[in-house]
Amino acid sequence: MQLTVLLIVLIALTVAGYHLGRSRAVRAVGGRIVQLHSVPAYHGLYVALWAGLPAFALFALWSMTENWLVLQMALASLPERLSGGDISTLGLLKADILNIAQGVNPGRDSDPAVVAAAQHYNDLRSLGDWMVLAIGASLAVAGLVYARNRITSALRARNRVEQVVNWALIACAMVAILTTFGIVFSLVFEAMQFFAKISPIDFLFGLHWSPQTAMRADQVGSSGSFGAVPLFAGTLLITFIAMLVAVPVGLMAAVFMSEYADPKLRNWVKPILEILAGIPTVVYGFFAALTMAPFVRGLGESIGLSVSSESALAAGLVMGVMIIPFVSSLSDDVINAVPQSLRDGSYGLGATKSETIRQVVLPAALPGIVAAVMLAVSRAIGETMIVTMAAGLAGNLTANPLEAVTTVTTQIATLLVGDQEFDSPKTLSAFGLGLVLFVVTLALNMIALRVVQKYREKYD
Amino acid sequence: MTDLVETGTRSVGSSASKSYYQGDAFAARLRQRYAAERNFKIAGYASIGIAAVMLVVLLSTIIGQGYTAFWQTRIQIEATIDPAEVAPVGTTDRTKISQGNFNKLLRDALAAQFPDITDRSDRRKMYDVLSSGAAYELADAVMENPALIGQKVKLWVTASDDVDQLMKGYIERDAREENRKVNDIQLRVVDKLTADKNIALQFNDTLFTRGDSREPEMAGLWGSIKGSFLTLLVTMFLAVPIGVSAAIYLEEFAPKNKLTDFIEVNINNLAAVPSIVYGLLGLAVFLNFFGMPRSAPLVGGVVLALMTLPIIIIASRAALKAVPPSIRDAALGVGASPLQAVLHHRLPLAMPGILTGTILGMAHALGETAPLLMIGMVAFIVDIPGGFTDSATLLPVQIYMWADSPERAFTERTSAAILVLLGFLVMMNGLAVFLRKKFERRW
Amino acid sequence: MQVQTNFAAKSPLPLDAEGTPIKMQARGVKVFYGPKQALKGIDIDIGENKVLALIGPSGCGKSTFLRCLNRMNDTIEHCRVEGLLTLDGEDVYGHNIDTVQLRARVGMVFQKPNPFPKSIYDNISYGPKIHGMASHKDEMDEIVEKSLQRAGLWNEVKDRLREPGTGLSGGQQQRLCIARAIAVSPEVILMDEPCSALDPIATAHIEELIDELRENYTIVIVTHNMQQAARVSQKTAFFHLGEMVECDDTEEIFTNPRDERTQGYITGRYG
Repeated sequence: MQLTVLLIVLIALTVAGYHLGRSRAVRAVGGRIVQLHSVPAYHGLYVALWAGLPAFALFALWSMTENWLVLQMALASLPERLSGGDISTLGLLKADILNIAQGVNPGRDSDPAVVAAAQHYNDLRSLGDWMVLAIGASLAVAGLVYARNRITSALRARNRVEQVVNWALIACAMVAILTTFGIVFSLVFEAMQFFAKISPIDFLFGLHWSPQTAMRADQVGSSGSFGAVPLFAGTLLITFIAMLVAVPVGLMAAVFMSEYADPKLRNWVKPILEILAGIPTVVYGFFAALTMAPFVRGLGESIGLSVSSESALAAGLVMGVMIIPFVSSLSDDVINAVPQSLRDGSYGLGATKSETIRQVVLPAALPGIVAAVMLAVSRAIGETMIVTMAAGLAGNLTANPLEAVTTVTTQIATLLVGDQEFDSPKTLSAFGLGLVLFVVTLALNMIALRVVQKYREKYD
Repeated sequence: MTDLVETGTRSVGSSASKSYYQGDAFAARLRQRYAAERNFKIAGYASIGIAAVMLVVLLSTIIGQGYTAFWQTRIQIEATIDPAEVAPVGTTDRTKISQGNFNKLLRDALAAQFPDITDRSDRRKMYDVLSSGAAYELADAVMENPALIGQKVKLWVTASDDVDQLMKGYIERDAREENRKVNDIQLRVVDKLTADKNIALQFNDTLFTRGDSREPEMAGLWGSIKGSFLTLLVTMFLAVPIGVSAAIYLEEFAPKNKLTDFIEVNINNLAAVPSIVYGLLGLAVFLNFFGMPRSAPLVGGVVLALMTLPIIIIASRAALKAVPPSIRDAALGVGASPLQAVLHHRLPLAMPGILTGTILGMAHALGETAPLLMIGMVAFIVDIPGGFTDSATLLPVQIYMWADSPERAFTERTSAAILVLLGFLVMMNGLAVFLRKKFERRW
Repeated sequence: MQVQTNFAAKSPLPLDAEGTPIKMQARGVKVFYGPKQALKGIDIDIGENKVLALIGPSGCGKSTFLRCLNRMNDTIEHCRVEGLLTLDGEDVYGHNIDTVQLRARVGMVFQKPNPFPKSIYDNISYGPKIHGMASHKDEMDEIVEKSLQRAGLWNEVKDRLREPGTGLSGGQQQRLCIARAIAVSPEVILMDEPCSALDPIATAHIEELIDELRENYTIVIVTHNMQQAARVSQKTAFFHLGEMVECDDTEEIFTNPRDERTQGYITGRYG
């Protein structure tokens, strides 16, 4: 509530600042605008920025940290006997405090201390909001007055404003770095907690995967086991099947499109590949689970093979189809980068088209094609929906494509769907898997991008 | 001419080659080479064919399974709104009316239509031809028009999913009763209703007006469509300004230094990070660290925005790059600041390209599922989300959840949901193509 | 000149005015790129074992004409050729002519050296391999060695045949491309401004080479450089705006041009 008020006040002050700055600038030179260093609008923006920016920054900071900060303070107010518990009881306490603070009855008699903490929480929140409102509004007014008083005909308002814009642009570009750091930080942080419970050696080289830990500690098999090799093997098996489909088909399609197809045919084929590329993965997953899997199973059984209804083959085939346009568009780029002069050289010697393609164009494009395949592999490894919907959940260690296998992404998705407790190895193992996934795909991408870059330089 | 060298039967030199190229051996070899050429070309056609066939199979399967979901079997009943079961005549209070026993009214109406079905268990079977949601439909009708209390009303209400499947021909009538989802009593009821023209397939507006439900015939997409809309709104408001700004900076102002290189490497890599990793980021940072609400379009939008950002940055940079630098030089030449040169001249010229890239990025985000599973957007949510922090689900996630349901009627609806999703994607891509065509400019 | 007489005896070619057998002949050759006409009816005789230079300002159609001679224009979309063009009296654009066979007989060297990104050896052996000219590795080795020798490159590269051809200097690359063309034993070699990307020393090398090659091959060379045309060719044809203005003995063209456009061009008034 208070924050909404603050927001409105800030917007009003910013707009006011713009007009005040503008008119002040015009008055400063008695209406002879040419005498100003910058046009009046920049003076307006200059004042508006001074009025708005610091207060908005405070506002943003507060709304981001408010929940966390106030909760910590509320927890700190709890007596020793409650706050001394382990992480899970602390988590429960937090949930209780938040629920009571929002007026929701947690459904059991609450400790009076917790109720008090909730009250404290609410008080702190409202106090904080009022304080931010007061400080924010005064910051805005102070900024406005300060900036307005600085306006003279010589003020380089435009340069100042552009400096701010420049910093804003830099900040936007830095979001990419922040995101990467966010990913690395969250994966590493949670994975460390996981590796504190399960040794990385067991995780990376263990042959048995069953993450189901028991609900109560006294149940049988409560520990679970986290050997991820079956997942890696399953991922590789499905990726391999997908590549068997995607690489030859995608590459041939690219060759055909760039070397053979006349423009008319190309106008037909390009949209087909674009549509295949644009279909959401969940649709491929549905297709894999409800159409491809029964089809593969029926086909296998008609020739006397026993095929699992969640066979790696079905998931891999559909994933391969999904990746065809990816491979073909990347290969198309690299094939087109091969200079025409090489083709001419080959034709000039009397080579046929296919001889030219196979013996000159493709070898010349090889580094780029290898990079394309690496990117495709990285894509297949990271693909989630198809395998979540069409591959199995049990970690079978097998190379038989007719059996059900599970993959890294499937496990991440299933482990983290629904409510989780963040201290169980079961949940944390997803982050361990995520870290492996991230590192592997990142490595593949980095290498592939480097190769592509080198390749481009060669023919530029 | 003396250095003409004989190598076996052929030589490096002009005169001997003539005989070789016009000889039979070369002709035979030529035939082979052309056969290889033909095979290669056939392989090319085949690969295009595989892609085309897969697309056709995929689309036709989904359309074939899904188009019937746009129709829904409804049954016309003639119910007496008994004031004793609902509320006294003249009541207008909606809550009071909603507490009425509309189920009983429907059952009575059916019983009146089929007086010959008397056995208790048979009657129960008969009641099951109506959806459990039918009572709500009747209640809604009465709430809309309280004057109906005490009156006889004729109303089309939704039939159960099994009857619906029967009407659509997915259930074999000739199968033995125990192997059939619709029992003999229900079959009799349906036949009688058909004869009286009291049962019909009508346009399925439930699909577009309701949220999720455990009953396939009452399940709709509106909740997830709205969820997708809210989420994409957040994504757009974050990703577009940040992405375009970052592109402007990198393309126009960034100095050539380590930091810029690092940013570029980051963007290129982020574009290829598996989407599920963004989900892990959202879970660990936004939900656990910042304590943002689970299942909320706000968080979903932020995660999708981070995921779409590289796409938008890369597309915007390409669009900016396509505008010749001479335009900027011209602007600088008349005394514009570098920022003005970009904002007033290059950016407007690059706008169509940026817009196209943005729309394609948003289309990509609309179809994305995996990261949303991590942040709790896969949940059974009946209510239509009204704001950015309400629990919501999204269209692709709804597809994922329905695909898991065993009922045939849900498979049908999943396909229909896919068609709706594809419809949105086609519209967005169509818009992008239109913009590209309209503003295409050659320098 | 033993080979030449043998050859002439085997397939009697029509002789031109000076008694040289005519290897290739163009009659009314017109080329269109879509609606645009690039050549407006070219008549020319290309004498066997002679060097014919095609000169003229940029865009006059000399390269287009050159590319007609081995049907390299076929690879360009919307390109149409009319008129008669013969090789040993056979219609180059006739139905029974195979482009693969034609291009093996009429080889080509391009403006920019374009060695394949393969080893020097593989660059040379590529053509003979696809045409099945060697049944043993020894034969292939021999073809490679002889071709490189003829192109004057053997001594420079004989110790690094397995190294990539792209690692050579520009002049060496162009000689590699000439060797590559020689390796398939063509009858005619077409050269499209072969020295335009090279420095003067490398150019001199290539020019010498062309003069040597004339003994065994009929050569058609497109050049921008009139001194080069004067140095290497026996006949010169001047092209202007898609027309062949004049074709005569090189000496005649450069000392006593009949057409004033030719005169204008060779004296440097335009072009």
